[in-house]
Amino acid sequence: MTLLDVDRLSVEFATRAGTVRALDQVSLSLTRGEILGVVGESGSGKSVTAYAVMRLLDPAARITGGRIGFEAQSLLDLPERAMRELRGNELAMVFQSPRTALNPIRTVGRQLADVLTAHRGLGARAAAERAVALLAEVRIPDPERRASAYPFELSGGMCQRVMIALALAGRPRLLIADEPTTGLDVTVQAAVLDLIATLVRRDRMGCLFITHDLLLAAELCDRIAVMHAGQVVEVASAATLFAAPRHPYTARLVATAPRRGSSIAGLRPIPGSLPDLRAADLPACRYLARCERALPHCATTPLPDAGEEGHVLRCHNPL
Amino acid sequence: MRPSLLLIIGKRVLAALPVLAGVVVVTFILTRMLPGDPAAYFAGQVDSQAAIEEIRHAMGLDLPLPIQFLHYITGLSQGDLGRSFSTGRPVLAEMLDRLPASLELVLVAVAFGAALAVPLGVLAAVRQGGWADQAVRVITTAGVSLPAFFSGLMLIFLFYYLLEWAPSPVGRLDAFSEAPPRITGFLLIDCALLGDWETWHAAAAQIVLPALSLGLVTLAPIARMTRGAMLAALSSDFIRTARAAGLPPRQVLWTYAFRNAVLPVLTTLGMVFSYSLGGAVLVEKVFSWPGVGSFALDALMQLDYAPVQGFVLVLGVLYVVLNLGVDILLVLADPRIRVEG
Repeated sequence: MTLLDVDRLSVEFATRAGTVRALDQVSLSLTRGEILGVVGESGSGKSVTAYAVMRLLDPAARITGGRIGFEAQSLLDLPERAMRELRGNELAMVFQSPRTALNPIRTVGRQLADVLTAHRGLGARAAAERAVALLAEVRIPDPERRASAYPFELSGGMCQRVMIALALAGRPRLLIADEPTTGLDVTVQAAVLDLIATLVRRDRMGCLFITHDLLLAAELCDRIAVMHAGQVVEVASAATLFAAPRHPYTARLVATAPRRGSSIAGLRPIPGSLPDLRAADLPACRYLARCERALPHCATTPLPDAGEEGHVLRCHNPL
Repeated sequence: MRPSLLLIIGKRVLAALPVLAGVVVVTFILTRMLPGDPAAYFAGQVDSQAAIEEIRHAMGLDLPLPIQFLHYITGLSQGDLGRSFSTGRPVLAEMLDRLPASLELVLVAVAFGAALAVPLGVLAAVRQGGWADQAVRVITTAGVSLPAFFSGLMLIFLFYYLLEWAPSPVGRLDAFSEAPPRITGFLLIDCALLGDWETWHAAAAQIVLPALSLGLVTLAPIARMTRGAMLAALSSDFIRTARAAGLPPRQVLWTYAFRNAVLPVLTTLGMVFSYSLGGAVLVEKVFSWPGVGSFALDALMQLDYAPVQGFVLVLGVLYVVLNLGVDILLVLADPRIRVEG
């Protein structure tokens, strides 16, 4: 059954320098127990999609179209109060740079207890005990002692475990992880990823895993959605995407991903850069200017869905 | 945790010593550089040269400056701030007598300023561009261009002369009230302790206008700092986390954002308090407030050196003590300082 269904979501940001069309008809879906990787360069709209789902977009942002279905509910139609009930309860999010994402002058135990009190109505004592249990669940050694530590007294990896515990506090059904391993040591990264994967499988959560690292996504995710300049260009299983990418951008990404035996000299960058999303005359396909397979009608004809069953492919001239 | 707190206090006290030494030297030199001859001033009617010389000798002003300075610091080291020529009493006793009046005035003024400016700053940050934000903008501009003694005069004109709401600006108590026996020297506290509410009300009525005019000046820095600190706190990552965790808005605003924003606001409050001690001089004069400021001002007019030196020194000590207090508060409020300190 579909857990999350983002359907043709469009988001704009009003800035001094003009309107930024950050998301253009983004569609994604996710079932329980599934990890969907969202991959793209910075500025491709991965995080904006996540914030839109949480309804935590910047005040300057405006949702101009589409809907977000979460189980039977339409998130964009919920009053703020009901949305707040969902956040931290059924929808949870893990952020990047865990050190700054935690309140610096509150012990991690208190921060966990705050969430438990807000959603579970636990008393101070019960919340504190539950906080310690959560810390143990994310494999923090000596959780009783760590509960009374401030974030600055913990390592980055430890802080990220606390963030995950914070997200798990409400036993969410959807976990959004926004580059959760950025800025962590490689060994710590692996441990954090393993923790997320284990917990998602155990609790049969759905997980939206946002990363710019295609290889990382391939390792962890069941399916991968590739985003470019606010558009989803291809969604397929990790294996399919690597074996036979069909969108020219995906093909480039796969080709640029370093793999065993590849040398630095063999790495090819993707030519060009993201188009200016403030431009009034954005082409229908925002990859147009960088694409070597572009056809004359790519600029004007709305993106098709050229994929077969279980494979989203939004390209007029796929590989 | 405790030893590091003591360590911080010790460090700050040590760091304050050179500052205070500087204050002593500079005020001594400045008062000696003032134009006018105190001996001639005190000789008054009897202005024969011999009489003036005699007074000069009695005041020790005929000695070379280094010797005068030596006498001054020898006295200081024994807690002797010298004697006021105009009142004939030791400066230390005068200061201690009058200090509570000044401190009470400044405390009420800063409390008033903080009570108004902190919520305003928070509101301005929460609703950017809203009415509170506009108010902060106006206050920030107006607060700088409106000196306290001027707003004091305007307040007297408006509330005493025109509206007759306020009692006459004749000091801490009107002519019909009698000061309670001194406990702390703070009238509002002493009256409350003694349960003398009639005098308490009289004292409160007297302090409203001077505290208001002094407090108006404090609005601008407090409101601006609160707004800035709240904006920074609200846009930080941990607020986003708190929102994503579905914490109630009130908890996000106060427990998460405000507690982090309050640290720089505390520092500002300390600074504002120190400025207000100096700024109180003219306000005390306008409202006939018997504080250390008006006393020092009178002494200055009469070329009475010792009270002026004493006043600046007392202000310096207060400044140091105040900042120390703020530092201790910061250490208690911010766990991160305990390790670095």
